Amino acid sequence: MALELTINGSKLSLDADPEMPLLWAIRDLVGLTGTKFGCGKALCGACTVHVDGEPVRSCSFPLSAAAGRSITTIEGLSSDGNHPVQVAWRELNVPQCGYCQSGQIMSAVALLQRTPAPSDADIDAAMSGNICRCGTYTRIRQAIHKVAEESA
Amino acid sequence: MKDVLRISRRDFLKRTGKVTGGMVLAVTVGAACRPGESIAPQAAGAEAVAPNVFVNIRNDGVVEIYCYRSEMGQGIRTGLPQVIADELEADWDRIEVIQALGDEKYGDQNTDGSTSIRAHFDILRTAGASAREMLVAAAAAHWAVPVAECVARNHAVHHEASGKSADYGELVQYTADIEVPDAPAFKAPENYRYIGKPMDLLDARALTTGTGVFGIDTVLPGMLYASIERCPSHGGAVKSFDPTAAKAVAGVLDVKQMPAPTSPPLFNPLGGIAVLATNTWSAQQGRAALSIEWDKGANAAYDSEKYREELLATARNDGDLMLNRGDVAAADEAAVNRHSAEYYAPHLAQAPMEPPAALANFSDEGCEVWTCTQNPQATQDTVAGVLGIDKSKVKVHVTLLGGGFGRKSKPDFAAEAAWLSRETGKPVKVTWTREDDIRHGYYHAVSAQRIEASLDDDSNVTGWLHRTVFPSISSTFNPAATGPSSGELDLGLHDLPYDIPNLRIEAGDAPAHLRIGWLRSVCNVYHAFAISSFADELAHLADEDPHAYLTRLLGRDRKINPNDDNAKYGNYGQDLDKHPIETARIKAVLDKVAELSGWGRAMPQGRGLGIAVHRSFLSTVGTVAEVSRDANGKMRVHELWSVIDAGLVVNPDRVQSQLEGAGIFGMSIAMHGEISAANGAVVQGNFDTYPVVRMSESPAKINTYIMPVDATPGGVGEPGVPPVAPAIANAWFAATGQRLREMPFRKAGIV
Repeated sequence: MALELTINGSKLSLDADPEMPLLWAIRDLVGLTGTKFGCGKALCGACTVHVDGEPVRSCSFPLSAAAGRSITTIEGLSSDGNHPVQVAWRELNVPQCGYCQSGQIMSAVALLQRTPAPSDADIDAAMSGNICRCGTYTRIRQAIHKVAEESA
Repeated sequence: MKDVLRISRRDFLKRTGKVTGGMVLAVTVGAACRPGESIAPQAAGAEAVAPNVFVNIRNDGVVEIYCYRSEMGQGIRTGLPQVIADELEADWDRIEVIQALGDEKYGDQNTDGSTSIRAHFDILRTAGASAREMLVAAAAAHWAVPVAECVARNHAVHHEASGKSADYGELVQYTADIEVPDAPAFKAPENYRYIGKPMDLLDARALTTGTGVFGIDTVLPGMLYASIERCPSHGGAVKSFDPTAAKAVAGVLDVKQMPAPTSPPLFNPLGGIAVLATNTWSAQQGRAALSIEWDKGANAAYDSEKYREELLATARNDGDLMLNRGDVAAADEAAVNRHSAEYYAPHLAQAPMEPPAALANFSDEGCEVWTCTQNPQATQDTVAGVLGIDKSKVKVHVTLLGGGFGRKSKPDFAAEAAWLSRETGKPVKVTWTREDDIRHGYYHAVSAQRIEASLDDDSNVTGWLHRTVFPSISSTFNPAATGPSSGELDLGLHDLPYDIPNLRIEAGDAPAHLRIGWLRSVCNVYHAFAISSFADELAHLADEDPHAYLTRLLGRDRKINPNDDNAKYGNYGQDLDKHPIETARIKAVLDKVAELSGWGRAMPQGRGLGIAVHRSFLSTVGTVAEVSRDANGKMRVHELWSVIDAGLVVNPDRVQSQLEGAGIFGMSIAMHGEISAANGAVVQGNFDTYPVVRMSESPAKINTYIMPVDATPGGVGEPGVPPVAPAIANAWFAATGQRLREMPFRKAGIV
């Protein structure tokens, strides 16, 4: 059946199993591969996207629940790749392998929208669903504080 | 179609006899580039000169640098061009990094063992310097002036006397008759522009915008998506299966029985049943609907609890003598005091965030593979072997790796994709699930260690007997291997730097029941845990400060050669003269980390500092952990300090990031990591049962420091890991008085 949804501002109609996780629809059907697969069970956060502005683990979010809603992926976060969070990530050279960073950035953006000046405890609460196996946590924390300070 | 860039090559490596001259065809699929697209040369059909296989200078002045090492987070796609561009005097903004195909013309491409800088620094310098000298010679010939009067500076050659200068691009046309220098002169270190500088990550934009292409991201038109069900127990095979229900799942196109696994496993596929579909989800759904009966094979009874008892029993009996100095039995007889302890550490999975994934396209011409491999040439070999074709017909494109940690040294997943592509006649992408990754990996070995020390009346160690028991990585290649190889004991045991007159190292048999493989820092993990924990135990037994006692154990300034004690010591493939084991340098690292951490400062009740120092991969890292026990009795790691002596470092920011990451990786091993088996099958499956450190557990700070040492480069990616677990265990003891001799620490109920 056809499902209507908006991805990064574009309206799309997808003919797919409504139970298919949004992740695989984004990656395999739409062809946007910036959103990553890490666990398939909402345990690692690599697949984090925004649905109507809220962070969602797309690997465990059925396409049917995304119907009629507005989805933002890492590719749609900014038109030029220069969202303040992306810029801070580059200024601090946060990424190592980079695989988890799409999800980290999407979670951080959602945190900063909700809490413009997050405490360390806020960061722990918002970011602990995103695993980084390379261990970039201390730089992620610094980068989030940096964005908050510069936008204050 | 993929653009093919034809470059003329002068083979500066011919004196090594590794490669022959001629033309090179290189498909220019960069890391930020999908299959089917390419980074096309800016000036198509233009002249270019390639003084060697690593550098191609185009006449528009762009210097193409072939990164022939795999990028998995260590930053080699930035560090490798730093070295070449520096020696080449190239402008950093006018280089283009192209990820090299798997090809033996590049020499060693196996990105493991923390080797990319330590073992390739001179190769990279030569690549840059020979290109620079060629351009200088070309300019001199063109201007008819002596070579000695010309200098290369910032992407141009200058002749000071006449005021002439020419951009590198312009000089390309004059290089036709210029010989490639055999032994180009290197720059003086004080003239380095990029080496030793914290250059920003070249891939930072790709990695923050979702445009970097990993193995799992590769796409070809008309490709099938595959998911494979493999036997729960290692070495088992399909007895029978029914594909009916799987084929009824929407999107499923085909079901194939994979070839049976081999013994030894090597890097070959594990067998099983593959479901092929129009998308990943359908393939996974179809796979879940399979009904398979397994012949569970020789390891069906593997049980980690029973195995644990076997390993510990082995560690309590005489083993094979691997190294001997003096006479530990005599030392034991003469001892005033004795201490012994046993340490245990389980199997681990590397669990890179990107699970194994590969895309393959088989045709009459051969097989083309796009994959996240640490070892492109082994991928060629393995794919060729599985398909029964010549290695030269296997083209391996190396994507970015979403973490590697040793898992992606083994290209079994690429061979799966290649075999399925041939069977289906279509491009096939195989994507492992997290459960596949956790349950069907090449595991870090489970180990038991026993140390017995003899002490004199001043708490000096007079004798040290160390037994290590673990299933060997050799078992992956040789089914007869039933215990540690000498090479594995080189990883943090044969090179024990303590000044002890009587030392005996023994290894005990341990058969493998899973595929055993490398994990970041390999055997150093458990050797360092045991040795650095035991040293701390001895310090407390002596009622002495652990830093002071470690200094005493390290003893006199001297160079250690384990071969003097009849070991067969490999020193990570390097000459001991070039990369000595120097206790003075180890003590300097220890002192520095103590200083930076404020070692000795007063700590509140329930809070403590722990220290460890360990040499691995030709570098030494000292770590201090600050740890406390909270009101619920749980461990909290507040802060880490890690100091590295890696000799010369190319990119200090990437070295620091590796130490930071090693801190987290080491914490995951220490606190959480355990792979266990029951009834032959791995029990854990995902990050709920195989937890790793998250932001909430991350220390507030991980402080790092690079020793300014004028020495040849050592490894960086791995050496930060080994001291972390013992530093934390020692800190926990300082905080609580409870000694942790088994990893992960959550088994003690404190995590």
